[in-house]
Amino acid sequence: TGNPPYPTDDPALGTTIMAVVYDGGVVMGADSRTSAGSYIANRAADKITLVHDSIFVCRSGSAADTQALTDYLKLYLGMHSLDLEEAPSVQTAAHLINQLLYSNKNHLMAGMIVAGWDKRNGPSVFNIPLGGGVIPELYSIGGSGSSYIYGYVDANFKKNMTKEEAQTFVKNAVSLAIARDGSSGGLIRTVTISADGVERELVLGDKLPKIGFGQ
Amino acid sequence: TGYDLFATTFSPDGRVFQVEYATKAVENSGTAIGLRVKDGVVLGVEKLILSKMLVEGSNRRIHTIDKHAGLVFAGLSADARQLVNRSRDEASNYRTTYGSDVPAQVLANRVASFTHAHTLYWSLRPFGASVLMGVYDADGPQLYCVEPSGSCYNYFGCAVGKGKQAAKVEIEKLDLANMTARQAVVEVAKIIYSVHDEVKDKAFELELSWVCDESNRRHQLVPKDLLQEAEKQAKEALQEDMDDE
Repeated sequence: TGNPPYPTDDPALGTTIMAVVYDGGVVMGADSRTSAGSYIANRAADKITLVHDSIFVCRSGSAADTQALTDYLKLYLGMHSLDLEEAPSVQTAAHLINQLLYSNKNHLMAGMIVAGWDKRNGPSVFNIPLGGGVIPELYSIGGSGSSYIYGYVDANFKKNMTKEEAQTFVKNAVSLAIARDGSSGGLIRTVTISADGVERELVLGDKLPKIGFGQ
Repeated sequence: TGYDLFATTFSPDGRVFQVEYATKAVENSGTAIGLRVKDGVVLGVEKLILSKMLVEGSNRRIHTIDKHAGLVFAGLSADARQLVNRSRDEASNYRTTYGSDVPAQVLANRVASFTHAHTLYWSLRPFGASVLMGVYDADGPQLYCVEPSGSCYNYFGCAVGKGKQAAKVEIEKLDLANMTARQAVVEVAKIIYSVHDEVKDKAFELELSWVCDESNRRHQLVPKDLLQEAEKQAKEALQEDMDDE
């Protein structure tokens, strides 16, 4: 009757996600809020999911849908790498997940950013929006929080940044989005991928970069 | 005997006779050759002309599978048509799913699996065709041979069909690693002319294709002028051999 005492809304990744190419690799960033309506189901979620050694996916939209998609992608990429006898390219991962998404577009709500490093092409970022489609970009933002930072990223992105510059850029951008978007919050997770491997970083909620707002 | 009725029966000495008979069908066909060289793969075939009424250039033995891949077959042409169509489907599906050119080894393994599957069931017969696939992928040019048994090997040089033994002898004399595709085109023509049996088979048409740096890594029939030049040199080489004798 009426309102049961447990959350009934489908858990969604309100989210701010992004990925940026720098000189030699990519930096991927995301907030950590999973909401079910106004209830925060997970305040420390990991929205940057591994699908292969040097390929990760930022997830936004329905938590269930995106987790199912990345689970499939991880399986398919694993099998594909056996056929190839080498790691698959980021482009392959992006097209594979796009096939899944596009074929099931009427039943899914998932916006993803596929990014990583591969031997042949170096660092790559691909945006896969809600309805499908594969868009290669040097920097890409997604999720509900991204609306508030288009201006910031467009104005501050530079080609061939250093790793540190790129990581600061990502943390700043996500921080600004969290400040304005109710569906984004918690901590900032970053994943840096290059020829040297994968580096994960965490910026706790009380240590977010003090940027903007006259600070 | 009695073990050769179905593809699902092994003989006591561990052979599948139906598959071996399929291979006989290949050996009765005109010779097909593939050479993998420094900068590409060249495919060639001796197209035996069964009737003067056949239009020149028809009854193609060399087919393009994808931008970067082609194949030549020896054996029953109707059987080979199935393999060509399947190869094209596999290459196209790969591109749709993974967003890039199908790698040589993936394409070859898929065709081999398909061929092999037809040796497993009582209700199907094996393909009576061997296929030489030339693919230029991100790892460079590669040549694969798929036989009716479903076996699939990666070669520098390979021949199937009537004159395959003689052709293999000639191929082994060549320094493929240091040859260009342009040079290989002439070599393939020479070998085909030399293994062609003037007595048993009358006329033949030479079909040549390449996928190499010079063709921008696209599979295509060799340009007319190069084809004519290759045939001219092949005829001259044959003449020299005859004069030597």
